[in-house]
Amino acid sequence: MRYQLMTAALAATVALQFAGPAAATDLEVTHWWTSGGEAAAVAELAKAFDATGNHWVDGAIAGSGGTARPIMISRITGGDPMGATQFNHGRQAEELVQAGLMRDLTDLATKEKWTEIVQPKSLLDGCTLDGKIYCVPVNIHSWQWLWLSNAAFEKAGVPVPKNWNEYVAAAPALEKAGIQPLAVGGQPWQASGAFDVLLAAVGGTDAFLKVYKDKDAEFAAGPEVAKVFKAADDARKMAKNTNVQDWNQATNLVITGKAGGQIMGDWAQGEFQVAGQVAGKDYTCLPGLGLNEMIATGGDAFYFPLLKDPEKSKAQEVLAHTLLDPKTQVAFNLKKGSLPVRGDVDLKAANDCMKKGLEILAKGNVMPWTDQLLSQDTQKQKEDLFSEFFAKQDMTVEDAQKRFAAIVGSAD
Amino acid sequence: MSKSERPSQLFRNLNAKIASIPMIFTALVIFVGGTVWTVFYSFTNSKLLPRLHFVGLDQYYRLWATPRWLISIENLLIYGVLSLVFSLVIGFLLAALLDQKIRFEDTFRTIFLYPFALSFIVTGLVWQWLLNPEFGIQGVVRSLGWTSFSFNPLYDSSIVIYGILIAALWQGTGLIMCLMLAGLRGIDEDIWKAARVDGIPTWKTYLFIIIPMMRPVFITTLVIVASNIVRVYDLVVAQTSGGPGIASEVPAKYVYDYMFFAQNLGQGFAASTMMLLSVIIVIVPWAYLEFGGKKRV
Amino acid sequence: MSDHAVSLPAIAGAGGLEAYGPSGPKPRHTFSRRNIFLYGTLIVVALYYLLPLYVMVVTSLKGMPEIRLGNIFSPPMEITFEPWVKAWSSACTGLNCDGLSRGFWNSVRITIPSVILSIALASVNGYALANWRFKGADTFFIILIVGAFIPYQVMIYPIVIILREVGLYGSLSGLVIVHSIFGMPILTLLFRNYFTSMPEELFRAARVDGAGFWGIYFRIMLPMSLPIFVVAIILQVTGIWNDFLFGVVYTRPDTYPMTVQLNNIVNSVQGVKEYNVNMAATILTGLVPLIVYFLSGKLFVRGIAAGAVKG
Repeated sequence: MRYQLMTAALAATVALQFAGPAAATDLEVTHWWTSGGEAAAVAELAKAFDATGNHWVDGAIAGSGGTARPIMISRITGGDPMGATQFNHGRQAEELVQAGLMRDLTDLATKEKWTEIVQPKSLLDGCTLDGKIYCVPVNIHSWQWLWLSNAAFEKAGVPVPKNWNEYVAAAPALEKAGIQPLAVGGQPWQASGAFDVLLAAVGGTDAFLKVYKDKDAEFAAGPEVAKVFKAADDARKMAKNTNVQDWNQATNLVITGKAGGQIMGDWAQGEFQVAGQVAGKDYTCLPGLGLNEMIATGGDAFYFPLLKDPEKSKAQEVLAHTLLDPKTQVAFNLKKGSLPVRGDVDLKAANDCMKKGLEILAKGNVMPWTDQLLSQDTQKQKEDLFSEFFAKQDMTVEDAQKRFAAIVGSAD
Repeated sequence: MSKSERPSQLFRNLNAKIASIPMIFTALVIFVGGTVWTVFYSFTNSKLLPRLHFVGLDQYYRLWATPRWLISIENLLIYGVLSLVFSLVIGFLLAALLDQKIRFEDTFRTIFLYPFALSFIVTGLVWQWLLNPEFGIQGVVRSLGWTSFSFNPLYDSSIVIYGILIAALWQGTGLIMCLMLAGLRGIDEDIWKAARVDGIPTWKTYLFIIIPMMRPVFITTLVIVASNIVRVYDLVVAQTSGGPGIASEVPAKYVYDYMFFAQNLGQGFAASTMMLLSVIIVIVPWAYLEFGGKKRV
Repeated sequence: MSDHAVSLPAIAGAGGLEAYGPSGPKPRHTFSRRNIFLYGTLIVVALYYLLPLYVMVVTSLKGMPEIRLGNIFSPPMEITFEPWVKAWSSACTGLNCDGLSRGFWNSVRITIPSVILSIALASVNGYALANWRFKGADTFFIILIVGAFIPYQVMIYPIVIILREVGLYGSLSGLVIVHSIFGMPILTLLFRNYFTSMPEELFRAARVDGAGFWGIYFRIMLPMSLPIFVVAIILQVTGIWNDFLFGVVYTRPDTYPMTVQLNNIVNSVQGVKEYNVNMAATILTGLVPLIVYFLSGKLFVRGIAAGAVKG
């Protein structure tokens, strides 16, 4: 009860805007954004938060979510929580919420009308559990992109493909020109993500949802998904001998024209930008592999552990408010290369590929992604399967599909 | 083995017992307690947080049906046997070479030992680099004109575990050499003289006289090497992340990945229970013989 | 070994080491097949051990353009110390752009108390096990030895819970305790072996003089144990300084050790990989244990000889 009263009072404060700096409160924020572009994007968030009179204490942990998440979770369950923490919204923090360790933001959300602001609406679904809102989405990252090197196709003497099928057809020409047709790095999530993209593009949105949302094992073992596995087989043949680990090294192969293309999320865009390449001129981007133009509403969100200190709790609300502020959204997402979570902001500075994404978003062609649909456990099993599938050319397609169907069947 | 032949009444040894409280605490609460806790929760379907919803042996059925776990076990066996053999052999040979009263012994010893000062993470990174097919050893040899030269352990599923072994030996053999050297130095000069007088060849003296005398060194070495083998994790993460595919996965990494990355504590606990079980089956009887019995002479 | 008398003076001429100059009259057979084989093997092996260090140093002194073009073994055409400066003072972890410097002092603050506490505990354990064995002591010792084989990852969760319950989670003292616990098995083994090998008469004489548990420990055992303490210090400084897992799980960002910063610099998943900065950061992080090794070289072997050999 007391807590609710307090929240109400605080919400009032938040609504009053932050004209005069309140008592400065330090709030530790953990995240795994540590590269140049990511850090620049975080700096925008920190700047906006500091402007409210509080202080953003940065707790970055590098090495991607796999390294960072256990540490965050240990901190929260160990009774020494941070002020706020990044997760991919969806099911990663589900149990922390169920255990009552995370803060319910519903009151603030109602007050600030998040349900109206946040577009597309499904984003907030990833933050909602039993009708209550527990996180603030800050961006939309979508996996379904194919990045192609124009120079590589020119060298191979074939036109730049307009979709996946043309791309597969062009592979022999690329190979003849000494170019790696497709770059897939060794990190397991890359192979698994590439398959998911193929499933959504070659199989279609319905097939994707049938497999990952309805967890229909029979369908996953059936002929429609077999088609997707055929495509994945093409992909692994094209990706043979990529010999790099990190996804950005794979992107670098595309940038330098050593590889024809890469299936990767929109975060790859930052790499092209850093290299000074121009969308449409130096490289081509095909959302949905040119087959099924959809945007997945995955992305990053901030969660707020339940804190005892009222000062910090207050600062949490200020931060939540700041993250959704239109100005913060524009500044942050331009640096991050992701799409904003509200439809009412103007992204004039966006490049061609980002604009393509915004158009698809505006048309409402969105779908949920695996972070929201599958548990981390299932995701990991999938990663193990597909990283083996891509690395071991002698693993048969049928065998892989059988194992895939088994994973889908036991998925939760 | 006790040097105190006093009767062990409670009060007589009270100070020793009080002084041993941290050890007893560590042994019982941390190692035994933690282990029991882990085994207990391996029968539940705990996900991100431990919870008491029992599912019997489900986690174990799943574990042994998982290709990645089987590959991890196979890798650990290959890596373990080779690492043990090569560590001991190389360590002993280097120590024997250094024990020939050579000049610059300090220099050589420091060179062999320094990698041990570096963490596995660093070791993995450096060797990942050296073994990189494009600009590492293979690339350099090819650029020298031997274009068909092929040495690409990190991207070849069938030999990747040997790439890890090379790095592990680089990091760890120095310490083993030091242990062995110390052991050789502890051998009485008279033994050598006697062997020479009897006309026993050097290699035979080593094999049949010196090595049996160095038993305690080998025991200490064995504990250090074997415990590092079972726990191998950082090196694999830094060098290959378990790849290509899942070809260089190891059990400790399976445990970590499933506990924390896949947020499936139950599965991770089941895997660690299997690891513990095999360790206990091998180590405990041996440890009792070695440390629990009467003092050897 | 069979011919010490021969090998002793037979050094100066050995392959490539002439720099040390002649040291008195030498017998003729300096270049005996045996010596060529001996030093040849040692030098080849030494090169294998030095190669990675060489590559690290050379790379850390190159600029990025040179790294992209050249091969990793070629010496730098243009030596630059910028990667070192960057690694130490300006490489970024998220928003904190102060390189490894911040983590360095944290590592010092973590390592010193952890080394002291873990060695203090283990030496007393070893002493009790060697000289004051009580009923059940062996069982605890065996549990400890088995504990050395438990993967650290398995223990993370139970320890989080224990630390939470005693209210030490996230504090420096919590981390110090964790390091002491995991250092205990091997250290206790070494100390136990060392104390067992000390002459029994010493202990008896002290007992006759009426010295007790602590009296004997402080006045007799401790002063005689320098070599094994050196070994323990080296092992612990190395292990604790290089630790990443415990440092990152059981502390908070303002006390993260240097290895966490190293991980952050090396593992930044986006952007261009700055190999030269990575290598410089790697060397900087390894510098403290490396210096400890170089300084203590001889003592280490002597200590090991005393601790590990006589069981």
